[in-house]
Amino acid sequence: MTIKEIQEEIISEFSAYDDWMDKYNYLIEMGRDVPQIDVQYKTNNHLITGCQSRVWLHADLKENKVFFTADSDAVITKGIVNLLIRVYSGHTPEEILEADIDFLDQIGLKEHLSPTRSNGLLSMVKQMKLYAQVFKLKMNN
Amino acid sequence: MEKGSFQVEVIRKQFPAIHQQVYGKQLVYLDNAATTQKPQAVINRLTDYYTNENCNIHRGVHYLSQQATSAFEEARNTTAKFINAAHSHEVIFTKGTTESVNLVAASLGKLLMKMGDKVLITGMEHHSNLVPWQQLCKAHQGELLVARLTDSGETDLNHFAELLRQSPKIVAVTHISNALGSINPVREMISMAHQQNIPVLVDGAQSVAHMKIDVQELDCDFFVFSGHKIYAPMGVGVLYGKSEWLEQMPPWQFGGEMVDQVSFAETTFNQLPFKFEAGTPDVGAVLGLATALDFLSEFDIQTIAKHEQKLVENTINELKQIDGMRLIGTSAKRAGVVSFVVEGIHPYDIGTLVDKMGIALRTGHHCAQPVMTRYEVPGTVRASFAMYNTAEEVDHFVATLNKAINMLR
Repeated sequence: MTIKEIQEEIISEFSAYDDWMDKYNYLIEMGRDVPQIDVQYKTNNHLITGCQSRVWLHADLKENKVFFTADSDAVITKGIVNLLIRVYSGHTPEEILEADIDFLDQIGLKEHLSPTRSNGLLSMVKQMKLYAQVFKLKMNN
Repeated sequence: MEKGSFQVEVIRKQFPAIHQQVYGKQLVYLDNAATTQKPQAVINRLTDYYTNENCNIHRGVHYLSQQATSAFEEARNTTAKFINAAHSHEVIFTKGTTESVNLVAASLGKLLMKMGDKVLITGMEHHSNLVPWQQLCKAHQGELLVARLTDSGETDLNHFAELLRQSPKIVAVTHISNALGSINPVREMISMAHQQNIPVLVDGAQSVAHMKIDVQELDCDFFVFSGHKIYAPMGVGVLYGKSEWLEQMPPWQFGGEMVDQVSFAETTFNQLPFKFEAGTPDVGAVLGLATALDFLSEFDIQTIAKHEQKLVENTINELKQIDGMRLIGTSAKRAGVVSFVVEGIHPYDIGTLVDKMGIALRTGHHCAQPVMTRYEVPGTVRASFAMYNTAEEVDHFVATLNKAINMLR
């Protein structure tokens, strides 16, 4: 699936929940399933700043595709990271760099994009794109 | 004057912002330590000012300017009376607690601090009453002395006394901790410091709305607070200082209003309180502050304190029933706020979920990171109370909290 298709899939999954509680229960579940970052990467170097909770992010390149792992001490934050991972992981650096991310808006998690809270969220997206950028440069060399 | 009786239902009617729904749920506003909502009288005062009275003060000879000036100076009298200052000119209007502390740190610092000098604070200070002193000490290659906290969240007075023996030049202590709710025994601390003639600043940001403040009885040298935490508008704060200090202290900011005579070569400065009020103040907010203080003065503040105390006690008793509950700050002498963490659950997750159910709380480090470090928590969930909160709101909050915890476990 393309990044666009995955976003559409998530939007349709979320549209099944009309109650905010179901939505958040789903996010919490997603949080518990996040692809775990290896302990060796759970360091300050991998910490994303600007979040109310701590978020660690790491990426590996396998067969020209980027795979992210992460962790956070807050489970809702982990759920949101996992949504981003589901969208971005398994794609080439090029695809990640070109993708527009608009699904968070459409699944009613827009408040996590407000400047105060989502410094964190925007930083996560930025950090993921940064990994893609670095891998792209490495591949071209 | 006979004080009005305190009926929370009557009081609630005067605060329009608490009567609203968020996400389709009735709002329960428990973030009063960050800012309180405003009574209609204060809102009206701002509207009236900008509708009919707006004018710059202390300058024009014309009618509006004179009216605004006299209202502004009347607000100073009201404020002085509210905290029982000996003189109106001991009340300086600032932007808030933070600016008040910065003013004292800069100006008193200039007067008293020499290379290698020290300042003494407690381990429970808000960053606003910590960083200015830390930076002052750094600038003088001195040392910031920090009185330890006990496990229950009180200042260790023996340690405080021990540090006083290192002869700090200034002592700055919070009256009530915004993160723990503990009340510091400031009167005792002030008299300890005064035995060595050390001036004391009391950060009253969290106390002024919750107890009777009498600066003469406390004998503090400085008392600072913000309007917005005492039902007044944002953007106005107060610095009370004893005349004997304010007279000696050099001006901090320079500009209009605070000067007497200016030439290109020399400037002489205005007298108190104007020498510390450079530039155009937020006149509307100052008038709003006076209205808020008048509003509060209609009640016996002891009655308000008792009402809030009951809410705090109810909250603590109900929270204690929750599995894995850890209260951060368990001092018996407390007011205003209840701070806690729940084992295995991040404060941010709790804050996010209860918000969705209409409860406004604060989560995080509450601008008191060293306090979080002291109790080894990443942050806490904090419920904080005002005169308009009710016992039903406490019940609803705890029930909602339980729902959130169930979702997260």
